[in-house]
Amino acid sequence: MKIINTTTISDNVKDMCIEANYYLSTDMNSALKNAINTEKSELGKKILNQLQENLDIADKEMIPICQDTGMAVFFVELGQDVHIEGGSLTDAINEGVRRGYTDGYLRKSVVGDPIERVNTKDNTPAVIHYDIVPGDELKITIAPKGFGSENMSRIFMLKPADGIEGVKDAILTAVKDAGPNACPPMVVGVGIGGTFEKSALMAKKALTREFSERPTIPWVKDLEDEMLEKINKLGIGPGGLGGTTTALAVNINTYATHIAGLPVAINICCHVNRHTTRVM
Amino acid sequence: MEQRITTPITSEVTSNLSAGDYCYITGYIYVARDAAHKRMDEALNKGEELPIPIENETIYYMGPSPAREGRPIGSAGPTTASRMDKYAPRLLDLGLKAMIGKGKRTKEVIDAVVRNNAVYFAAVGGAGALLSKCIKSSEVICYDDLGAEAIRKLYVEDFPVIVVVDSRGNNLYETAIKEFASL
Ligand code: SF4
Repeated sequence: MKIINTTTISDNVKDMCIEANYYLSTDMNSALKNAINTEKSELGKKILNQLQENLDIADKEMIPICQDTGMAVFFVELGQDVHIEGGSLTDAINEGVRRGYTDGYLRKSVVGDPIERVNTKDNTPAVIHYDIVPGDELKITIAPKGFGSENMSRIFMLKPADGIEGVKDAILTAVKDAGPNACPPMVVGVGIGGTFEKSALMAKKALTREFSERPTIPWVKDLEDEMLEKINKLGIGPGGLGGTTTALAVNINTYATHIAGLPVAINICCHVNRHTTRVM
Repeated sequence: MEQRITTPITSEVTSNLSAGDYCYITGYIYVARDAAHKRMDEALNKGEELPIPIENETIYYMGPSPAREGRPIGSAGPTTASRMDKYAPRLLDLGLKAMIGKGKRTKEVIDAVVRNNAVYFAAVGGAGALLSKCIKSSEVICYDDLGAEAIRKLYVEDFPVIVVVDSRGNNLYETAIKEFASL
């Protein structure tokens, strides 16, 4: 059994909040850079170049990549042989968020109640998804999520008869409706199957997948390729101002589902697709 | 076409702007987003004056991240404009000349832009670090209890924007997409 102290967890979470908001992952970075060469619109190219410059400035001058430093979303994989010492794991994560968003000059964008809407002033509470896994490691992924793109996300409870064509329509509809609002080029996370909430969770988690990691199920891999190509033919382009780079990736997760249903969730993310992972 | 414009923006200037023009703005602009718009709307409902001058002024839809010591502002890119659609026509009818944001607007807003010879600009969403470099000063002028949502007055230099909706109602989001669509 491994013992992990909550202080270690808070310290790591604090650093991860800052890291995620100032630097993009290497795969996102190079996908954005490569897009400059393939983009057909002059204005689109100009915008993609500005996004490169933006990443440089964020890094060198320590200014967050985007002012919407998001709601802090976590995927936590807790090994069943890990013992957490020093208090509640959830409290430790929230403490890390509190310190990260304060010390890191990140925007506090969370209101404590969806109707009364009073800012909690420290960006807590985070949204935390737990998974119990075999082993003695604690793996924490943070994915701060901006709401320009979150607001454009959709869920469709399709009928089994809608089949794969229905799924394709759903994805294209969501991306088309999102358009310029979601700060394209986007990353599109899709969850197919499961239940209502399972599909949404899969879509969210798909956004944290490395681009080089591809699905093992052949039809899922094909669907990702086909959808990316189709989305980039929509014409939306960088900033929604026209062009051929509308999405950098389509990441799809699937799960078993009920005989009567075909849930499809589409979680749209902007080009500031932030995520970082640490294993303790 | 590339254009350099200074605020306050007059009808003469907006008449010469076309959807797709790339502009650099210099001068004072105001910052307000959802909560501030709601309060301004309530003030008008009560017959009160607006807390900012509106005639020929520019409102930037933005909520910055905190400034580090010695800097005027933190990351400062545009927020989604559609959340202000409910309030924008009323402000445009009162003389507001330009809005800077990102994303689609309703027909009501576009009609109000045309009616008042105004303009809707987009700044590049998610380029908050880059855009912050064009902001030379920032001052909270009211509603400071709203934190990141308070109304600010900024001095900007060569702030880059693109005309999305011009005073004739042309909409770049619609025309440009058609140009590059091949599905
Ligand atoms: S959608 Fe993304 S890039 Fe656009 S403002 Fe929100 S967080 Fe920033």
